[in-house]
Amino acid sequence: MSAAHGDHPKFLQHHFHSAEQQASASKLGMWLFLAQEVLFFGGIFVAYGVLRFLYPETFLAAHAYLDVKMGAINTVILITSSLTMALGVRAAQTNNQKQTVLMLALTILFACGFLVVKYFEYSHKIHVGLVTARSFSATGIAGSPHIFFSLYFAMTGLHGLHVLVGIIVLAWILMRARRGDFSSAYFTPVENAGLYWHLVDLIWIFLFPLLYLVK
Amino acid sequence: MATVTTANGHASEHHEVGSNYLNARKGVLSWLFTLDHKRIGVMYLAGTLFFFMIGGILALLVRTELLTPAGDLFQGDTYNRVFTLHGAIMVFIFIIPSVPAALGNFVLPLMLGTKDVAFPRINLLSFWIWMLGTAFLLYSIIAGSVDTGWTFYTPYSSDPQVGSQAGSAIIWALMGVFILGFSSILTGVNFITTVHKMRAPGMTWTKMPLFIWGIYATAVIQVLATPVLAITLLLLTIERTLGIGIFDPALGGDPVLFQHFFWFYSHPAVYIMILPGMAIISELVTVHSKKNIFGYKPIAYSSMAIAIISFLVWGHHMFTSGQSELASTVFSALTFAVAVPTAIKVFSWVATLYKGSISLNTPMLYCLSFLFLFTIGGLTGLFCSTLATDIHIHDTYFVVAHFHYVMMGGTVIAFLGGLHHWWPKMTGRWYNENWGRFAAALVFIGFNVTFFSQFVLGSQGMPRRYHTYHSASPDLKAIFTKWHQVSTVGSYILAAGLFITLFYLLHSLFRGKKVAEKNPWGAKSLEWLTETPPIEHNFHEEPVCLHGPYDYDEISPDGQGAGADEDDDSPLYLDKKTEAKKAEEPKAEEKKAEEKKAEEPKAEEKKAEEKKAEEKKAEEPKAEAKKAEAKKAEETKAEEKKAEAKAEAKSDDEADKDKK
Ligand code: HEM
Ligand SMILES: [Cu+2]
Repeated sequence: MSAAHGDHPKFLQHHFHSAEQQASASKLGMWLFLAQEVLFFGGIFVAYGVLRFLYPETFLAAHAYLDVKMGAINTVILITSSLTMALGVRAAQTNNQKQTVLMLALTILFACGFLVVKYFEYSHKIHVGLVTARSFSATGIAGSPHIFFSLYFAMTGLHGLHVLVGIIVLAWILMRARRGDFSSAYFTPVENAGLYWHLVDLIWIFLFPLLYLVK
Repeated sequence: MATVTTANGHASEHHEVGSNYLNARKGVLSWLFTLDHKRIGVMYLAGTLFFFMIGGILALLVRTELLTPAGDLFQGDTYNRVFTLHGAIMVFIFIIPSVPAALGNFVLPLMLGTKDVAFPRINLLSFWIWMLGTAFLLYSIIAGSVDTGWTFYTPYSSDPQVGSQAGSAIIWALMGVFILGFSSILTGVNFITTVHKMRAPGMTWTKMPLFIWGIYATAVIQVLATPVLAITLLLLTIERTLGIGIFDPALGGDPVLFQHFFWFYSHPAVYIMILPGMAIISELVTVHSKKNIFGYKPIAYSSMAIAIISFLVWGHHMFTSGQSELASTVFSALTFAVAVPTAIKVFSWVATLYKGSISLNTPMLYCLSFLFLFTIGGLTGLFCSTLATDIHIHDTYFVVAHFHYVMMGGTVIAFLGGLHHWWPKMTGRWYNENWGRFAAALVFIGFNVTFFSQFVLGSQGMPRRYHTYHSASPDLKAIFTKWHQVSTVGSYILAAGLFITLFYLLHSLFRGKKVAEKNPWGAKSLEWLTETPPIEHNFHEEPVCLHGPYDYDEISPDGQGAGADEDDDSPLYLDKKTEAKKAEEPKAEEKKAEEKKAEEPKAEEKKAEEKKAEEKKAEEPKAEAKKAEAKKAEETKAEEKKAEAKAEAKSDDEADKDKK
């Protein structure tokens, strides 16, 4: 861009007129992306619904083999991380760089904690053979429990991947925050990363009761 | 008449004279890493057209096999692989990105009067993802080739013991389509945001060209339907590798669930394919008949209606799958409902032609072809959605003919029309018009011979996806042989037409006459305001939009179909060039004198001068005398208009903000 744009803030891309236009465009883009994510997970929730309708007893019997305590701990961890994320966005909006960095780091820490708990859950399940259909080897559950555990792995696995992506995104935002990219004039990336993180959190809020608390 | 713009804020970007988006930067890398929507569009265009050719050659192989009742060219397995590849390439690699990502990418920001799409990097990313997905899909050929058909139905696709699914080919293909889906989603997100946030001042929703409405409706479907396909294919991949028992009946899954999932995406996807085609037709039919569109709002809103209804009709692909009769009846009724907005469009286009000044040039020939072929395709869709008839024609050549009439006769024909319409703007070169018309005629004839005969075949019971028909009863065999031969000959005519098109288009790139004007068709939408080919940042100055995109009322003497705007003579778009811009233009010496004057503080006078000079330059040979008279009045009016438009645009923005 030519010198004529010297008076524009550095973060403003040349094809936008104003910072407001840029911010509102990227936020709309983010919401559309989230809509897409909702439909993506929507598909697997529908599959869950159909199979649960086909095999209600199996689902009831099999869910008892999930560790409610670990699931509950992870729920608390994720909800807390959503809080720190929101505080991080707030801090960015109010020019509080130090707190932005701190809150983002906490959020990442919680996300990692979530994955650690998940790791212990997974390795236990794999150990006792409560896995996807083709290699299912556990005995003693009536019906077709492999379907339940297949779904469990598919759903939490996909969610876990999203957590992992979230960690990467948040780490990148953290780096930029430390570099001082954000201010009350420009914080859309923090906000968008936050939106994504809240969605990941929200999906877990649905997964937890559907998988761990079958009645 | 349309011309250009005003100083506002973003003055003076320095462009060399003769510099355009094609030559501003050089080298392969400047293309592969470009963020310019025009270059990305051109790359998509080259890529999709190439795969159109590959897919087409596969189709010719299929047709050649069916020339005789015996299976002489291929074994059954090979035949299955060839048609699967044909379908998958045509649908996922070619048609879905063809109009939106290739032509849409090029035209949409220009039409909106903006410098680029909202997210240029994501735009480039979507192209890279498209290449990656294509590579995966093609790799499946090496990995053993898929023979499930493009629909990947379970349990055939999920059972590792069956057919060529034993290898990893199916996984590569599924992942390829999965990845291609992301490319499509990103394009959709980008376009929706661009349409919402990047319109030029004064361009309200109902002043947008209908092409934009069509692409917008498409983008909505892309964003909301594609992720469902993504999860479906992902689950199928897991099913095939680890076995999760969702779709595979051997593991307790439900194979029909896969069909529901698949068609929940793939029916809306047929509208991802046709809506952009319809979008192009709205442009062609107005520009090349010099008529205002008949029924702007009905056409715009029917695109949205189609987008919405398309999510509710997927079950019409499953009438014979054993779904409940009630469900079938409801799906059948809803499917009929799609025909209503579709027919609204067709009637509106035909009404637009009425008393128009129609030029039978290549784009218009494709436009007229579309009207014929798409109507046949749409009407035969009603046969398919009628429960009793569908039981008879399901999985026969009738369905094959139906969807080729809509996808090829509709989308591809519209795509070719749009390609010829925007080609001069994109490349700055003219193709040979006579060859263009000749090829369009060949394509039209070849297409009908190829596919109309398939309606006959299907109604006589010829099933689809069979490589032989020698075991049919003697009478049937005679009928099948005859019509298959007609169809195959037709496909050769069609191919000849398309190859001729390929050759004269390529030829025009190097030898074609240079396009001298900005606006050779005398069109009214903003993409014709900029240089030919466009400069890197699209416009020297941001255009301001004052009138609708099809205001041809001056041309239609009796005022038929006119936009009925109060002031017939005011210019469509305000276009005064800034001093800076002018200084760059080395043309006429008058300019320099003028420029000196321009420095004088009397702004009004200066503007009047500029207008006049510009008017002289205007290439369009239109009622100059009349214009000159109206000029004075016009100028002041135009000024007011511009201010109004700006204010309007502002309040739009504010409204947006309020909503939040
Ligand atoms: C008036 C509008 C339309 C109606 C009522 C309609 C109806 C139908 C019905 C009922 C079927 C299922 C036939 C069967 O398998 O037995 C079908 C198949 C199909 N239609 Fe349409 N359709 C319409 C427009 C379109 C458009 C615009 C496209 C694409 C651009 C399209 C593409 C297809 C395809 C690809 C199939 C076959 C899928 C397969 O089995 O491989 N249709 N249509
Ligand atoms: Cu359909």
